[in-house]
Amino acid sequence: MTRIDQLAVGVPAIIVSIDRAACGDLVWRRLHEMGFDEGVDIEVLHKAPLGDPIALRVGNTTIALRRAQAALIEADISAVAVREAAE
Amino acid sequence: MTSAVAALVGNPNAGKTSLFNALTGARQKVGNYPGVTVERKVGPLKLPDGRSIEVIDLPGTYSLDPRSPDEAVTRDVVLGRQAGERVPDAIIAVIDATNLRNHLRFVLELKRLGRPMVVALNMIDLAERDGLTIDVDMLSERLGMPVVPTVAVRRRGLDALAAELAPLLDGAAAGEALPPGEIVGLQREARQLAAAVTLGQGVARRATQNIDRVVLHPVAGPVILAAILFMMFQAVFAWAEAPMTWIEDGIAAIQGWTAARLPDGLLLSLVNDGLLAGVGAVVVFLPQILILFAFIIALEQSGYMVRAAFLMDRLMARVGLNGRAFIPLLSSFACAIPGIMAARTIDEPRDRLTTMLIAPLMTCSARLPVYAVIIAAFIPDRPVGGAFNLQGLVLFGLYAFGVLGALAAAFVLRRTVTKGANQTFLMEMPKYQAPALRDFAIGLWQRAGAFLKRAGTLIMAITVILWVLVAFPQAPEGADGATQIEQSFAGRIGHAIEPIFRPIGFNDEIAIALIPGLAAREVAVAALGTVYAIQGDEAEVEQSLVERLRGAWPLPTALAFLAWYVFAPQCLATLAVAKRETNSWRWPIFMFVYLFAMAYVAAGLTFWVSSALL
Repeated sequence: MTRIDQLAVGVPAIIVSIDRAACGDLVWRRLHEMGFDEGVDIEVLHKAPLGDPIALRVGNTTIALRRAQAALIEADISAVAVREAAE
Repeated sequence: MTSAVAALVGNPNAGKTSLFNALTGARQKVGNYPGVTVERKVGPLKLPDGRSIEVIDLPGTYSLDPRSPDEAVTRDVVLGRQAGERVPDAIIAVIDATNLRNHLRFVLELKRLGRPMVVALNMIDLAERDGLTIDVDMLSERLGMPVVPTVAVRRRGLDALAAELAPLLDGAAAGEALPPGEIVGLQREARQLAAAVTLGQGVARRATQNIDRVVLHPVAGPVILAAILFMMFQAVFAWAEAPMTWIEDGIAAIQGWTAARLPDGLLLSLVNDGLLAGVGAVVVFLPQILILFAFIIALEQSGYMVRAAFLMDRLMARVGLNGRAFIPLLSSFACAIPGIMAARTIDEPRDRLTTMLIAPLMTCSARLPVYAVIIAAFIPDRPVGGAFNLQGLVLFGLYAFGVLGALAAAFVLRRTVTKGANQTFLMEMPKYQAPALRDFAIGLWQRAGAFLKRAGTLIMAITVILWVLVAFPQAPEGADGATQIEQSFAGRIGHAIEPIFRPIGFNDEIAIALIPGLAAREVAVAALGTVYAIQGDEAEVEQSLVERLRGAWPLPTALAFLAWYVFAPQCLATLAVAKRETNSWRWPIFMFVYLFAMAYVAAGLTFWVSSALL
């Protein structure tokens, strides 16, 4: 399990959990409106100068968010291999 | 009988406004919803059966759970709760074919309202380019509503969309109303649906990712951003030069024409020195303003603006701002009013308030006329280091001065009056797109029109009032212009407030110009023009204001005047908008006081230091 602020650029992963309590309802809902959800494939695409914020591929879209929020989302790198094998 | 109404609803970046422009052309009307400062755009559409209907372009939103006044308008219109707006007869849901998962989630949310609906599957060409093949029939069947592939920027699919609208307006095909869905459930339903109807396995957004690799590069990114901004400001001066000369010559020709036909006297003075000189002094800067708007619109429509916010977020966070504030603040370079209104997209109240309070420190285009005259009069037009020009560099410096002042103000405000926890930055980065000429032209037309409307009415009124203040009471027959200005109303007011400004190097004429300049910054130029045109003899009137100022002001005064205009709250319209947006007089009054203090100190320091050095 990796917090997505710790993910390296270009490593695909699958979201495992989003910490609703730590996000607060507003941010939690906004994240879902932007396409974040358990089971969605993501990948860090870019990091801004000084490493914050980061740009993520979330499904087919690109979302920018700060590391502080990214740290509340956990993802699984190995799950990508499992999913690819299944397909 | 009133015509039927169809409302365009969709996520931001779905191409909704492009579709609106393609459907309705240039005949749209832009107004405001009562009580809120949300733009209401409506335009006519002719259906294949000959009927003419109205199409409303609603603000983009991710869901019907609003977080901003814009998003609340979309929800209220769709639900029929918006005052002064009837329930739309049909909803056109605009979705991005390359981002079905997210956009279908919103379609499913809208579908539960049970209203007649059609889906515009927009940007289908980009989906095909990415290798995604979408089974449109299956999507339509699964959604239970018509789905029309469109490419708004190329006007593809518009007739088919209009054809599908017609039966909806006759009351057919309204679905069953269901209670609002829970977001995670809707997301999963949308993902399944998207997977089922997407046949090809493409790599989405490859072109965009390749561009981003350069544009968002930690080193190259900020360099490119700085280069774009610098080029924008150089262009404002260089490209506008020729058209400005034409406008100046045109105004002079009209003044010559009236001088030849009207008898010498009060009426001729009103027309030439009041109306034509006043309005002409502002219209002459329209080319510069158009270039500035053009850059901002192109940056918005190409998708670069969000990247700029991304690059700037860390820096903005240092002073307690949000990267999102970058867009309202950048818009404020054109005018603080749309900037303050654009701050509505910031959902955290303290971030939003801070952004609104510092927006007037961004150098708006109304300052350009003031800067342009003073720079032309006092800064030598000579090359610096080969590539640059001293006048351009001074202008860039004034912009930079404003930005630094804004950052300093934000830093202090976030630790005092708008104290609170640091907030989030969460933004979708749209695909890069070459701005469509039609969307670019309509955007430019609407923004330039709004500016001219302000210049044409407000400034016209102000210059006439000023002319009265300067022309009355009339000096005895045979008195020279200097005597006239001395004993006019304007001269008396100028004398009265001049002691406040004398310590920072301002003279009577500046004090006189500051009062009408409160209506809008650029009025100060018209005011100076009127004050000096009437003050001099005929030969002097023929001189341009630039030459006149060169003879009348010492250099430290000119520099102090520039510094004053970087910070001064010289715009009643901005304060009025701040009042409207914050719904109280408290913040506009606070804004006025703190900006006045900053301006006074900055102008004073400039005057004292430059007087000592020069």
